[in-house]
Amino acid sequence: MKDVATGQNPLDGWEGGVNRVPYWVFSDEDVFRAEQQKLFRGKSWNYLCLEAEIPNPGDYVATFVGTTPVIVVRDFDGQIYSFENRCAHRGSLLALDDRGTTRDFTCVYHAWRHTLQGDLVGVAFEEGMYGTGGMAEGFCKSDHGPRKLRVAELYGLVFGSFDEDIDDIEEYLGDEITGRVKRVLDGRDCVVLGRFTQILPNNWKLYVENTKDSYHASILHLFFTTFELNKLSMKGGILVSPDGGSHVSYSAVDREAEQSKAYQEQQLRSQSDYQLADESLLENFKEFDDDITLQILSAFPNFVLQQIQNCIAVRQILPKGPDKTELKWTYVGFADDTDQQRRVRLKQSNLVGPAGYVSMEDGCIGGFVQRGIAGAEDKEAILEMGGTDFGNSGNRITEGSIRGFWSAYRERMET
Amino acid sequence: MKDMAVTSDLLVDISQLQTRYARCIDADRIEEWPDFFTEDGFYSVTTAENRRAGLEAGLIWLDGIGMIRDRVTALRDANIYERHSYRHVLGQPYVLGESDGGDIEVETSFFVVRITRDGETDVFASGCYHDALRRVDGDLKLSKRIAVCDSSHIDTLLGLPL
Repeated sequence: MKDVATGQNPLDGWEGGVNRVPYWVFSDEDVFRAEQQKLFRGKSWNYLCLEAEIPNPGDYVATFVGTTPVIVVRDFDGQIYSFENRCAHRGSLLALDDRGTTRDFTCVYHAWRHTLQGDLVGVAFEEGMYGTGGMAEGFCKSDHGPRKLRVAELYGLVFGSFDEDIDDIEEYLGDEITGRVKRVLDGRDCVVLGRFTQILPNNWKLYVENTKDSYHASILHLFFTTFELNKLSMKGGILVSPDGGSHVSYSAVDREAEQSKAYQEQQLRSQSDYQLADESLLENFKEFDDDITLQILSAFPNFVLQQIQNCIAVRQILPKGPDKTELKWTYVGFADDTDQQRRVRLKQSNLVGPAGYVSMEDGCIGGFVQRGIAGAEDKEAILEMGGTDFGNSGNRITEGSIRGFWSAYRERMET
Repeated sequence: MKDMAVTSDLLVDISQLQTRYARCIDADRIEEWPDFFTEDGFYSVTTAENRRAGLEAGLIWLDGIGMIRDRVTALRDANIYERHSYRHVLGQPYVLGESDGGDIEVETSFFVVRITRDGETDVFASGCYHDALRRVDGDLKLSKRIAVCDSSHIDTLLGLPL
């Protein structure tokens, strides 16, 4: 049914719309393989790193696009380049560290040398020794090299795509979502405050669904609700990119909502009289021109930019297997932060990450689903809160941006 | 930091503190965990990579006894996670010396396995406690504990403190 080798599409069998998601898409090996080719190495912009992580010529980061290892590096012309982390010769990794500074990428295996733009320029003993041996006649270095990515920079974020013909990133995200990246990062110099990697025991798409799920946020996460970081009754909404794949969910302070009886009437678990001994955790400073205290932004397929009060972080979602995902967190501050502002960010970072008061549950919920759907491959998830289609919404009790993700996903996977 | 005389009595005191701390967490008595800290105590969990790079943020970053108590309240009353427990195995404490503020600076290796609800026992973390200890009414307390994990990876989530 889903055999790539037979030429059938791996999503054949997904009969319905994006309001129903068959569980086999979270466990099927063929789907996982096809995603690498059609999606990550296809028409998508993948987050690579922050510009601030490679400020000087020769600075590089070794990361992944899907499961494909890539290098992103600044050359001496000041431009950022990206190419596979794979030697042109026999396929060894070129960069063995996660980050560093170098003048070129010389493979440790046979010393084949590549420039900072990914061009093969040196082959050890290319002319042989003492007039004999050497590479076969007709071998031309410029015919070989790791595949290159197209690079886009967006307000200090660096993205790469294996598809030369992909839309510009601003068009890919749409004006509204691009504007929300700008809102957080424009005109500011990012400073990395910390980096942590969380291993998720689930398919990468379950985490993507979670980040786009504005319906769950104040139900699963008690911390948010109780401290009015993210009540559904606050002002807010979701924005979805034209293709559905990227989104923003946001909420803003609304004092009138405090009077709302909607929550008590629902008798949700997350309504409690939970109190903090040290409320300085939630003391924030005015950072933006609006009242938005929470903005979760995703860029298809694997990137999240998060503002929770003054806690800014980027998350990179890296699939490692059908049921294993790496979530890479980078906590961000800015060069002009005062000491006091930096301390606020460090305190608020307790909200997020693998141990975060707000995001801890997101680390295990994907695993609960992955384990729950074992043996139910022919069953499907229901995504009908807020309707059956996707688009902007002035209401966050919706699964609209998840449906948008599946629409963008299927558009790429089914072609 | 200056050198200090490391007596057997001091080493016994430090060892007892470290062992009591591990027993408290492993026996699921985390309500008592804040009592190991001074009022101005600092607790964080980070990784060797972040520490080498001089990056300040932590997986957990608690400044003061109030924040430390809140961690316990959140784990007990707010956060959702699957039941699990730890077993800490500690190395010998090494006394580095006395800080300018008079605290005793100590490093102790830790090795922690996590036992999950379904019965699996996995190596969860290895690393080193970088501690500052101070006597309060005769008892040694932690004025600072930075748990530095050797690996940059955290499996699923970090709930209970290390």
